Amino acid sequence: MEFYITAIMLGLCLSSMSLGIFISMKIFNIPDITTDGSYTLGAVITAILFIAHWPAMVMIPVVLIAGAIAGSLTAIIHTRLKIDALLAGILVMTGLYSVNLIVLGRSNVPLLNVSTLFSSIQLFTNPTYNDILAALVFIGIITSIVTYILKTDFGIAMRATGDSATMTRALGINNNKMKIIGLAIANSLTALSGYLVAQYQNFTDINMGIGIVITGLGSVLIGDALIKWLNIRSILWQLIVILCGSIIFQLVLAVTISLGVDPNWLKLITAVFVLLIVSIPRLKFNLRQ
Amino acid sequence: MIELKSIYKVFNKGEANEVVALTDVSLTVQKGEFLVIVGSNGSGKTTLLNIISGTEISTSGTVSINNTDVTRYPEYSRSKWIARVFQNPLSGTAPNLTILDNFRLAALRTTSKKLSIGITDAFRKQVQDKIATLGMGLENKLDQLMGTLSGGQRQALTLLMGIMDTTEILLLDEPTAALDPRSAATVLQTADSLIKQYNLMAILITHNLKDAHQYGSRLIQMSEGKISKDLNSAAKNNLELPEMFSWFA
Ligand SMILES: Nc1ncnc2c1ncn2[C@@H]1O[C@H](COP(=O)(O)OP(=O)(O)OP(=O)(O)O)[C@@H](O)[C@H]1O
Ligand SMILES: [Mg+2]
Repeated sequence: MEFYITAIMLGLCLSSMSLGIFISMKIFNIPDITTDGSYTLGAVITAILFIAHWPAMVMIPVVLIAGAIAGSLTAIIHTRLKIDALLAGILVMTGLYSVNLIVLGRSNVPLLNVSTLFSSIQLFTNPTYNDILAALVFIGIITSIVTYILKTDFGIAMRATGDSATMTRALGINNNKMKIIGLAIANSLTALSGYLVAQYQNFTDINMGIGIVITGLGSVLIGDALIKWLNIRSILWQLIVILCGSIIFQLVLAVTISLGVDPNWLKLITAVFVLLIVSIPRLKFNLRQ
Repeated sequence: MIELKSIYKVFNKGEANEVVALTDVSLTVQKGEFLVIVGSNGSGKTTLLNIISGTEISTSGTVSINNTDVTRYPEYSRSKWIARVFQNPLSGTAPNLTILDNFRLAALRTTSKKLSIGITDAFRKQVQDKIATLGMGLENKLDQLMGTLSGGQRQALTLLMGIMDTTEILLLDEPTAALDPRSAATVLQTADSLIKQYNLMAILITHNLKDAHQYGSRLIQMSEGKISKDLNSAAKNNLELPEMFSWFA
């Protein structure tokens, strides 16, 4: 049982990143590899600010801004220097590894005896319930904000940019600027996941972001499949389904591990799992042809 | 007023596949004028329109709109004057957004897209009334995705989207080339009545000489990157269709 609760909690913490990847991949059609770096960046900043005795809530803007800077760097390299988005992301991610290491000072920092976001709610005697409630409230707020943004005039412009660049240009939208803002938002959400996971696991590790983009991608693909299957049109519900995708993804991994698979295989299993999610609809399509 | 002065446009300059698309084109279009452009394939019609809209930047020469020099303005900042309908009926709208979302953006063409919710009941009603004027029955499908509509329907909506915000110039590049004859007629008639109703300056490119003969207040023929004929309203009214056909003989 404990096992699945952990998976659900991790899924919730990572769902902010899934919302970010939903924005970069589904709204802007940009495969954004910056994720690996901006996720760790969020966790690194959380660690050093805890060491500096900042309260968990107060450091949120710093985490968001750091993620936004990482994302806009990738977008600026992509749009201004006309470099492939994938390569731009890899460049920024690689650079961030050093930045993270320098900022953190060493490769692993435990967060012990700090008052995390999760300890801010003390409604139940069982601390696990408090954790889940805190995560739910936090993700609930984030999801509402993202929903609101996507529904505003600016949000419509953002959604249109990834959908029809010819149209948006003719309607007075600076597509490059939109992409920069879009990737900034996406990566602040990703950094927020780093912030949450660091507090949930009580440590920040320089390597915690390696391959995390695949987890986010898998979550979004699961969510997207459900959105298509259930024909969900409301933005709020689409985002909620993406959150579910993130939790489902972690649950599937948890089940795999509980079957006795060596955790060293985790990344390989993650990769194969995402490959399956991507390829199953195509295989079905090929059979029909 | 649009003013083009000695526009040259060279694609792939200095390379083996260099193309001179426009040679020393000067053109002034006044407010309320409805200019029709005809000309063979490759004569530079689309390039001319793209230079006005900012999709392409001229190699030399200047473009000004209402006495503002816009030669170096990117396309998105010229949209405060210009609305466009593209040859590809799918280009003017975003397929994965609803009709209403598409119209919301069109209503903000000349202004900034703010972080506030603009789709209100009043706005919905306004769009519904506008779309009802098309008589296509689309006014009750505002929440449908644009991508589910036919090319003709999308082209008609693109046209209507052009007048959701203040517009001075309407650019139509073969707007009916991909449409069946009936949709084509609807789109052109709608365009014509909107141009008159809002007193727009319009430029229409077409290969259909009958349409070129029927619509517009001025007619231009382009050949090999140059304006080869320029007929004012009176001359255009006196022009017989067979004579127009002979231009292309
Ligand atoms: N992006 C481009 N790169 C290279 N050459 C181009 C480009 N766009 C247009 N051209 C060339 O410029 C010339 C004029 O093209 P343009 O599209 O303006 O013709 P058009 O009059 O619109 O023709 P059509 O009736 O076929 O639409 C052609 O020779 C074309 O091949
Ligand atoms: Mg053309």
